[in-house]
Amino acid sequence: MHFGIIVFPGTNCERDCLHVIGNVIGESAALVWHEETDLSAFDALILPGGFAHGDYLRTGAIARFSPVMESVAEFATLGKPVVGICNGFQILCEAGLLPGALRRNAGQHFLCRDATLRVEHNENQLLQMTDIGDVLTLTIRHGEGSYIVDADTLAAMEANNQVLLRFCEPRGRVTPEANPNGSTANIAGVMNADGTVFGLMPHPEAASEGVLGGTDGLYIFRSLLKPLTTNRARTRNSGMLNTNPDEVDLAYLSPEPGPR
Amino acid sequence: MLEKAKALGMTEDEYNKVKDILGREPTSTELAMYSVEWSEHCGYPRSRALLKLLPKEGHYASVSGADAGGIEIEPGLTIVFKMESHNHPSQVEPRQGAATGVGGIVRDIFTVGARPIACLDSLRFGPLTEPRARYLFNGVVEGISWYGNCLGIPTVAGEVGFHPSYSGNCLVGVMGVGVAQSDKIASGAASGAGNAVMYFGNATGRDGIGGCSILASQEMTDQASRPTVQVGDPFAEKCLIEACLEALQTGAIVSMKDMGAAGLTCTTCEQAAAGGVGMDIDLAMVPLRESGMEPFEIMMSESQERMLAVVQAGREAEVAQIFQKWGLHAAVLGRVTDDGLLRVRVREQVVAEMPAQSLADAPLYELPAEEPKGLAEKHAFNFSAVAEPQNYHQALLRLLQSPNIASKEWVYEQYDHLVQINTVVRPGHGDAAVLRVRESQMGKGIAVKADCNSRYCFLDPFVGAQIAVAECARNLVCVGAEPAGVTDCLCFGNPEKPDRFWQFKRAVEGIAEACRFFRLPVVSGNVSFYNETPESVIHPSPLIGAVGVLDDVQAAIGMAFRDAGDAIVLVGQCLDELGGSEYMATLHNLETGRPPELNLERELNAQKLTLAAIRAGLVKSAHDCSEGGLAVALAECCITGAIGAGIELPDTIEAAANIRLDAVLFGESQSRIVLTTQPENLPRLQEMARGVGVPLSYLGAVGGERLIISDNRAGVLRPVVDAPLGEIELAYRGAIARLMS
Repeated sequence: MHFGIIVFPGTNCERDCLHVIGNVIGESAALVWHEETDLSAFDALILPGGFAHGDYLRTGAIARFSPVMESVAEFATLGKPVVGICNGFQILCEAGLLPGALRRNAGQHFLCRDATLRVEHNENQLLQMTDIGDVLTLTIRHGEGSYIVDADTLAAMEANNQVLLRFCEPRGRVTPEANPNGSTANIAGVMNADGTVFGLMPHPEAASEGVLGGTDGLYIFRSLLKPLTTNRARTRNSGMLNTNPDEVDLAYLSPEPGPR
Repeated sequence: MLEKAKALGMTEDEYNKVKDILGREPTSTELAMYSVEWSEHCGYPRSRALLKLLPKEGHYASVSGADAGGIEIEPGLTIVFKMESHNHPSQVEPRQGAATGVGGIVRDIFTVGARPIACLDSLRFGPLTEPRARYLFNGVVEGISWYGNCLGIPTVAGEVGFHPSYSGNCLVGVMGVGVAQSDKIASGAASGAGNAVMYFGNATGRDGIGGCSILASQEMTDQASRPTVQVGDPFAEKCLIEACLEALQTGAIVSMKDMGAAGLTCTTCEQAAAGGVGMDIDLAMVPLRESGMEPFEIMMSESQERMLAVVQAGREAEVAQIFQKWGLHAAVLGRVTDDGLLRVRVREQVVAEMPAQSLADAPLYELPAEEPKGLAEKHAFNFSAVAEPQNYHQALLRLLQSPNIASKEWVYEQYDHLVQINTVVRPGHGDAAVLRVRESQMGKGIAVKADCNSRYCFLDPFVGAQIAVAECARNLVCVGAEPAGVTDCLCFGNPEKPDRFWQFKRAVEGIAEACRFFRLPVVSGNVSFYNETPESVIHPSPLIGAVGVLDDVQAAIGMAFRDAGDAIVLVGQCLDELGGSEYMATLHNLETGRPPELNLERELNAQKLTLAAIRAGLVKSAHDCSEGGLAVALAECCITGAIGAGIELPDTIEAAANIRLDAVLFGESQSRIVLTTQPENLPRLQEMARGVGVPLSYLGAVGGERLIISDNRAGVLRPVVDAPLGEIELAYRGAIARLMS
């Protein structure tokens, strides 16, 4: 599988993704400068983390106008996966390829720490190697990671299984305390209605090698490698990682009416 | 003209010297150039003689002399590092001051052709009970976070201290670390008459004019110095890193230097002087941000994110194209000449002409040094009049909450410490940060740490500076690294005052002796004087940064206690020492006595034993005893490991049988390390310790959910601390956030 990794001026996780794809999961990957428009060589695209165009004006606000972005949108219509990580997620939201937006963290500060994330749906290209209810430990590293979306859109996303990852307690409970940045309904990862464009705030590439303290990120890279079969959602019934989805406090998750 | 010279921070003698060199009155541009280049910040006229004491050789091959020095960790692979201060700008405008401090040090790293792989920060502020200190602390951390995170360079380690002596003068020491192929280390010496002098990066504006001569080389006063603070653009710097590294790959760059302090003046004359050549440049070619800038302003500007390079004649366009791709300016300013003169023109009109060497050779001053008054009385202080705490449990909790000891999570969580995915031991998890070096053919890694106990340095700058070196090295050893090299960032008061200069002199002598003994080269460094206001002067602060090498990065260890049943042992001796301790300052409001004794040989032996035991796979965790002493070290191991421990202070605890309990628990005797090992490995560890004559005491075992310390020295078991993990964790982790909210 051949990955294209899009590089905007100011992107800073492109080498990290290149290393993991090339040296850890053993696939091929190439860096793609943001002025290029031919993406036909690739089977999947990654928009890595960083500060594209310095995050000036607003995260992703300038990057969305880069020449490559039209090709990225077209790429997604071919059914091939596009994954935005952190700044990449912000750019995909700005470009309108994903619903919602990312605002300043509730605590106002940049946050670099481990976060635990609950898998909400696995019948998709991003998480098919996981089970619903699995808890992944990945690092978050952002100042603007507070996901916001209006209530109607969120309801549609929930109905269409587009909310993929939520911040949770280490044993899987989705609680306000487990929400590091004030994201609506603890949302940390989503996809578009077609299931081709994915965005997540945590960094799977930083959790793909044991020497760095964790390998949960590999579930995501390996999921991307496998052709998506029409599998049913699986829930694991045993094991430490599993939690009972009923533990989610549903009242807490129903979104407040947000700004439009 | 003389008045003008004085306004630029020059003395009358210096002005006359300039006249002698030129054989005429200087132009205003020439005067401006000499004033910045001969300032303490650039030319080190007051410190240069003493800095020659610092050793340049060690176990590892080292490079020094360029913008940043380094050590070769394996054939062909060099780790480049340097620490530099940005104190005065940060005191005036904390966010921009700290941010441009990061920018400056990072440029020093990639200037020599190294890719920056980590940053560290040594910070000092007034007590957090002061609103101004909170404002500065918040702004500095935000500035480092904003700039460093955007660059994609992880900020992996450092230290933060709070003390009233920093209320009027905060310290921001930033250390950059990079990795380079040894044979590709770029030169800072211009050569080849006819080669192009090229300017890269941001346009030049009026920001930072005289930043080094007026702001950094005088005492701080109340007058608004804001216009002399530079303004940072991390996005431009990120692009500049990529463009410079790409340009260096072409082989067309003869030499390069970053425009930091003294901007164009420094980069032209120093490159020319280093290569024994001259330069002829035209200021009309300099990309400008503002119109109507005077030649002296262009030559003095400290606008950020700019580089000056000598490029092989005929390859100018090829190099310029790389910078243009990254959206940066690239301009040919002039040519290298063979007459040794630095000639600055505006088109045809010459505005400055002088021997380049004369700028680079700042005058040398010998300053009087005199021991500060009152130090002898402090040394004679008798601690027996100070009562021991009634309640050790409460005393421990108060120490854990002291911002000097408490977890710095509030700080390092704002820094991206993981980008580049090489961080093996993260901040807060070990005594030093550990990074894998992906370029290593042998699976090596490095450990990095910055340290300095300024209270010790205040009480005895010689011993204090030695302890800073020793503790840095000890921290590296505790994660499994062999100490390999040192950088220093020497922050002191006004050197023209003999007591301040004495502190500086003694500290440099201390560093020199310790580094020689440990065979650690000082590969780079920086001096920051005049850190004082009319009201107060900072404690002497020789900030030390150190790099160590792990032969196998996978074998790195942290400080956290790991498994129930593991044996806890103490390497080293507890002495009856309370002078200069955080305990005396926090609980008794006393800053007096002598700092702990440092016996270099005992220190080295303790380090060697620990490193050998870690390499033999006998050690599961290691943590040195520093501020707060043994009890705080044990609490930190419990908190990071989320597991308790049961400790019985035995009567065999080395040399501690007859000394007061607060000295055993909270005293800061040096050369002590808390280790854990599997019980079956304990005999081997003991045997190794005996073999090298290092004291080793069994303290107890890991386990449970409480930290329990009992005094069993008199043969009667007396519990003195019995704290649930949750209680000590809350005290330790939340302390700074509570003060800042």
